[in-house]
Amino acid sequence: MNLNKEKYKFIGFIPALTLAAGLFYGCNNAEQKLPILGERDVVEREVNGQTVADTLYPKVPDFAFTNQDGQQVTNQTFAGKIYITDFFFTTCPTICPKMKSQMLRVYEQYKDNPQVMLLSHTIDPQHDSVAVLKEYADRLSVKAPKWNFVTGQKDSIYDIAQRYMVTAQEDKAEAGGFVHSGAFVLVDENRHIRGIYDGTVAEEVDKLLKDIPVLLKEQQHEKK
Amino acid sequence: MRKNKLLTAFIGFALLATLTQCFTKKKNEGEKLYTANCASCHMDDGSGLRGVIPPIAGSDYLVKHRRSLACLIRHGQAGEITVNGQKYNQAMPGVEHLNDGQILNLLNYIQTNFGNKNERYTLVEVKSDLEICPSH
Repeated sequence: MNLNKEKYKFIGFIPALTLAAGLFYGCNNAEQKLPILGERDVVEREVNGQTVADTLYPKVPDFAFTNQDGQQVTNQTFAGKIYITDFFFTTCPTICPKMKSQMLRVYEQYKDNPQVMLLSHTIDPQHDSVAVLKEYADRLSVKAPKWNFVTGQKDSIYDIAQRYMVTAQEDKAEAGGFVHSGAFVLVDENRHIRGIYDGTVAEEVDKLLKDIPVLLKEQQHEKK
Repeated sequence: MRKNKLLTAFIGFALLATLTQCFTKKKNEGEKLYTANCASCHMDDGSGLRGVIPPIAGSDYLVKHRRSLACLIRHGQAGEITVNGQKYNQAMPGVEHLNDGQILNLLNYIQTNFGNKNERYTLVEVKSDLEICPSH
């Protein structure tokens, strides 16, 4: 449909947008703030006879998945926190090991900070059961709730990938049987997407590691 | 006479340049093959992925299982293996399209990079290793 087409056009635009935003904010050190990504809606409403325009940013919708410990993970799990999310599968022969190796950097750096959490979705729930994810997490020596590896209904996982602006699809022609992007998506406590980084590139993850404190600081300010 | 000498020198030089280029290419083949076929799992620096994918860098497996590595590259590997005392259990796909010479270059690259200073292979060695690959 038309809307969908527009969305896809926009997805291609995101890296450029991120770069432009990065350049802009890179020069303006005084009060850094990460951009809110996604197609925005402007809704007009009337207040005391005057028209006011509200800008609405897309939000990550409600979700419920099961993590490596068999526990349910929902939006509530991340209430008041920020999280970094990605899409992978345990038998992936292409980009996943690099993604996981880079995600480990984030894990190690924020191991002791309860404000930051990680969420990895399998895009191969048929194979990646709770037990398989548990073994994978154990091998990486990482634990929930800091790093949740989740499985669930295949459709729900692929749907939510789109909402995170990440490509994830089954494709028999691809090595491993799936096509997906190696993106790491940074989400704030209001379920807004604040950054998208290539999780297979160390320099991009360096940028993520610089952006996380900026977002944490912003959220602290808002709470005061 | 003098013209002939000049021509000989020129041809000699051109030949040398071509040959050198040939060797340079061959010398880099192992690295190129590693980047194309191995690096996404074993990482650019050969460090592997903690607990999931064993390292190439400083790996005792390369020395202990030296003569089975050619088959491992060609046909892949499944089941539990121990590297530097740590157990790993992640299937590795084979790289069936590599010829014997390419496997030789890849092996020699792996054995002498990432801080590894292990013995190199000869083509004869690799060929005879590949003849007795276990059934897969």
